[in-house]
Amino acid sequence: MSFPIVLCFLESSPKRLMAMGPIDLLIVILYFGLVLGIGFYMKKFSTTGEDFFLAGRELTAWIAGLSFISANLGSLEMMGYAAGTYENGILVGHAYWIAAIPAILFLALVMLPFYYICKTHSVPGYVKLRYGEPTRALSAISFAVMTVLMSGINMYAMAVIMKVILGWNIHFSIWVSSMTVAIYVASGGLRSAIFNEVLQFFLIWLGCLLIPIVGLLETGGWDGMVARIAANFPGQDFTHMWRSTGTYDNPMGVHWVGIVFGWGLAISFGYWCTDFLIIQRVMTAKDLRSAKVGTVIGAFFKMMVPLIVILPGLLGRAVLPFELVSEPVAQQTGAHSYNEVLPLMLVRYCGPGLLGLGVTALIAGFMSGMAGNVSAFATVWTYDIYQPLFRKQATDAHYVRMGRWCTLLGVFVSIGTAYLVMSFRSIIDYAQVVFVFFIVPMFGTVVLGMLWKRTTPAAGFWGLLAGILASFFLWLWVRLDPSAVRFVALSANAKLGMADNIYRAMWSLIVNVVVTVVVTLFTKPKPAHELKGLVYGLTEIPSEGHFPLFKRPITWAAAVAIGFVVLNIIFW
Amino acid sequence: MSEKRHFIAIWFFIGSLLVVYGVLIFGAGIYELFYPGKSQVAMSYLHAEIWWGLLLVVIGGIYVSRFRPGKR
Repeated sequence: MSFPIVLCFLESSPKRLMAMGPIDLLIVILYFGLVLGIGFYMKKFSTTGEDFFLAGRELTAWIAGLSFISANLGSLEMMGYAAGTYENGILVGHAYWIAAIPAILFLALVMLPFYYICKTHSVPGYVKLRYGEPTRALSAISFAVMTVLMSGINMYAMAVIMKVILGWNIHFSIWVSSMTVAIYVASGGLRSAIFNEVLQFFLIWLGCLLIPIVGLLETGGWDGMVARIAANFPGQDFTHMWRSTGTYDNPMGVHWVGIVFGWGLAISFGYWCTDFLIIQRVMTAKDLRSAKVGTVIGAFFKMMVPLIVILPGLLGRAVLPFELVSEPVAQQTGAHSYNEVLPLMLVRYCGPGLLGLGVTALIAGFMSGMAGNVSAFATVWTYDIYQPLFRKQATDAHYVRMGRWCTLLGVFVSIGTAYLVMSFRSIIDYAQVVFVFFIVPMFGTVVLGMLWKRTTPAAGFWGLLAGILASFFLWLWVRLDPSAVRFVALSANAKLGMADNIYRAMWSLIVNVVVTVVVTLFTKPKPAHELKGLVYGLTEIPSEGHFPLFKRPITWAAAVAIGFVVLNIIFW
Repeated sequence: MSEKRHFIAIWFFIGSLLVVYGVLIFGAGIYELFYPGKSQVAMSYLHAEIWWGLLLVVIGGIYVSRFRPGKR
């Protein structure tokens, strides 16, 4: 999958895809006005650390769940995966199903109770309780680095979108949007970020849902769309999820083993179960049941996202009167690139007003992603780096002030790091490079700590470090010698980019787990009384048996799991 | 949301914005109906602006009514 963005493209692109009218501009301006208004309104409710960093731990399941999924639904994700779908077909939809749903349900039912019961404020906070300060420092610093880098990527993607689609000045887009995020998150803290994410969730869906609806009307439904794609691109399979994955001979060049174990296990569980940006949202729920139900609500909507991301990419193959090309070819020929498929579909179907709503949806996607990054960064910096390493004893008000400044700092650092993106061949590949370094090994460390009481503090530290280093060296090896991908991805036919990221994640997780287990067997575990509330078998998890069936998280998790299986069979 | 601190519910903000957006988009759709622009979008005969605008007004109206400040 590719979403390549290079400086020359940004600086020289003469074209723009659409022109907005006064109504469209008014819609965008109203959106900015409202998110700032919510930020200022929430400021008076964010006076304590609990308010600012954990939204008072009083949110309902719906708010926590929609925010949980909205923080994941950035503009980078929407544009990148729609582009990837045009290029590689429905295979990219695995990102929303096998590479999301099992992990989210595992988080809801297995891991969330430990995060919630130990009353920690962050995932590195849990790591500190379970393994001690050195492992917390390693996980917190790596998370903080990853967060500002990811935030920079998101910011850059948004600016490019605005430049290419609307012809807006790239600096104008970066500064207006990022300062808006900085103001509303610094003012109202996590509660403001979450409330705006819920608003953004509605705008993203209502702004993008019209594309698949009208698109399917145009093609005569799903069967009509598939027939058109087959007629336009004979001999290529763009509309089956699993059928072509028995070999590497498919558009993504990935075998089903890589999809299931690399993408569906290592990357997916790493992201959904240990990325604090995401988990922070559901940790704000008013009680454990709400946190679990909120997570399951998030899983349901994640499963539905292909409607507004994957389907427009496929519809592009069916209805666009010209073929999109890769970014380098687009630069040479002036043709439209894969990356423009979502805006092209927006322009195709959306007239005055609807266009403004669609553009607002893309901006909202960017802002929710960035707010997620900076609010999580502020929490981890303040409680997991600043407090233990620089100032252990300070007032609550001091830490809240630090959180506000840190939010602004996070935004400015993100602006700076955005420029790092330019030297990489693909922005999503880059995101995955950074992500695989840090988050995938974290999953092994945390899940072993939660489910195996024998795991020792030394094993937690060395396992995490070994996983990060393994990932880094594998990446470096392939970068220096691209033919090494045949060893990393287990086949000479595997492609650079998506495939080697997926397999690198798998190796990183294996190294992490093996080192953690081996070191555990040779070192001394913590006494049982220090592990209460942190480890399976030593933690009393509240029973939900007294709730009626429809109020139990397990019921809705089962419904989502059934939907997941059915969808995979339908689109096999 | 907390009852003890009396926030205005986020659902009310969302509903309000959707109503305003719905009215604007519906209005734009009606205008296009009588004064069609030069560059028509695909499937323009569906008049998506009109029914999508109405949908936004209905969804937004439900949220505004259900979560307006002062309503118990």
